[in-house]
Amino acid sequence: MARLFDQPRPYPGILIIVEGIDGSGKSTQLQLLQKWLLNSKYRVFFTEWNSSALVNETIKRGKKKNLLTPTTFSILHATDFADRLAHLIIPPLKAGMIVCADRYVYTAFARDVIRGVHPEWVRNLYGFAVKPDIQFYFRVPIEVSLKRILNGRVELKFHEAGMDLGLSDDPRESFRLFQSKILQEYDKISAEYGLTVMDATDSIQKQQSLIRDIVRERLKDYKPTPFLQKKENVYVA
Amino acid sequence: MSHKKKTYYGNGLPYVDVSDLTGKLIVIEGTDGVGRSTQLEELKKWLEVKGYGVTTTGWTRSPLMGKAINEAKSGHTLNFDTFSLLYAADFADRLEHEVIPALRAGFVVLADRYIHTAFARSSVRGGDRQWIRKVFGFAIEPDAVFYMRINIEDLIPRVINSQTLHKRYWEEQSGEGMDYWESGMDMRLGGDFYDSFIEYQKLILKEFDRMKNEFNFQVIDAAKSFEDTNRALKQGILAVLEDEESEEKSRRH
Repeated sequence: MARLFDQPRPYPGILIIVEGIDGSGKSTQLQLLQKWLLNSKYRVFFTEWNSSALVNETIKRGKKKNLLTPTTFSILHATDFADRLAHLIIPPLKAGMIVCADRYVYTAFARDVIRGVHPEWVRNLYGFAVKPDIQFYFRVPIEVSLKRILNGRVELKFHEAGMDLGLSDDPRESFRLFQSKILQEYDKISAEYGLTVMDATDSIQKQQSLIRDIVRERLKDYKPTPFLQKKENVYVA
Repeated sequence: MSHKKKTYYGNGLPYVDVSDLTGKLIVIEGTDGVGRSTQLEELKKWLEVKGYGVTTTGWTRSPLMGKAINEAKSGHTLNFDTFSLLYAADFADRLEHEVIPALRAGFVVLADRYIHTAFARSSVRGGDRQWIRKVFGFAIEPDAVFYMRINIEDLIPRVINSQTLHKRYWEEQSGEGMDYWESGMDMRLGGDFYDSFIEYQKLILKEFDRMKNEFNFQVIDAAKSFEDTNRALKQGILAVLEDEESEEKSRRH
């Protein structure tokens, strides 16, 4: 049931998402938030922006045979997300849980536009997504993120550096070019969708304390009462 | 052949310029079992005899997605949107790898179903009409859409007869004929296959009728004999092709 992303759905649960480029520290912050929520006896579910079995094979095959275009790449990831949304995000939200998502649709908005699809088109593509209740964007300069990623290892991974886009033969230079494009898109997106911008160069504790303040405020009127009646069809049997 | 510039239906593919495509995109739409594929085969032969290069394209046969769709259908529970998106990926794959190159090479592309089938299937399952239309915004506007229209009474004997019953039961995995999804069994509209099929097709036909004006369908009465329907389709196609040729001539003079 496609609905528009900007229409709120009255689920009893709460959806918290974090966004940011690699090395922005978003995953660390989300993990710390979870520890705190669990410690406060909330029921929490954690999910990542990973592809599932549904389209994984297709994406792999497409990459190997060089069949993927920016558009099919984008739709396949949206398909996969639709499946995860229906199985992993909507059920806990209906059950009144707090869902913590490491990356959300904004990741696709940024990445797919850089690969060449229309910005408006990809936003509509994910129109079926649930609007998050709390959304953080961890903003970090490229050099800081590069330093964090390379801390503890020697080289950048192929996709991390956006090497498939052919921006540069040098992985570090490619990373800088690729991630700065992503950063530009994120800046547009966070203004457009009202993400809370975090200064990801601040200390871990300072950021976490700000995050907890925001979440605590939102939890004041949170009543984890599960849906007991059928509200809408999500699955096809 | 053509000088009428191709355009995108919606947002389009920013990385593909379609203004220089010279072929013709002719769509044959209609519900499952109405006889599209048989007509299309005949039309292809006819056009080739006339000297046109012809390519046909259908649904869910793309090299990238064909397997994935079959797997998904037989696999775990799918969500409506997931299903629509699988079809969209398949459509995009065929559009970019088959349809656009053929149009660029000046071929007549005969499409066995197009975006309208996706819209009908999504809408009868409760999908948002505007959303699905924008998802398919990368599609190219066809030069003509022929809608093979039929009533439910006339459709039944075409779909449920001794041949199709055998095929469906013994070769369900063949991907031919009516399958579980295409007969709307997922919607549980009836207690058995027959009831479900009837209710589903009624909804689909209604949805196609709704789209008549929106997409400027040229309606072809498909309840008539194969020959009569074929004649009507040929007339319509000829008008599209000749229109361009006469334009071309007048430009030369």
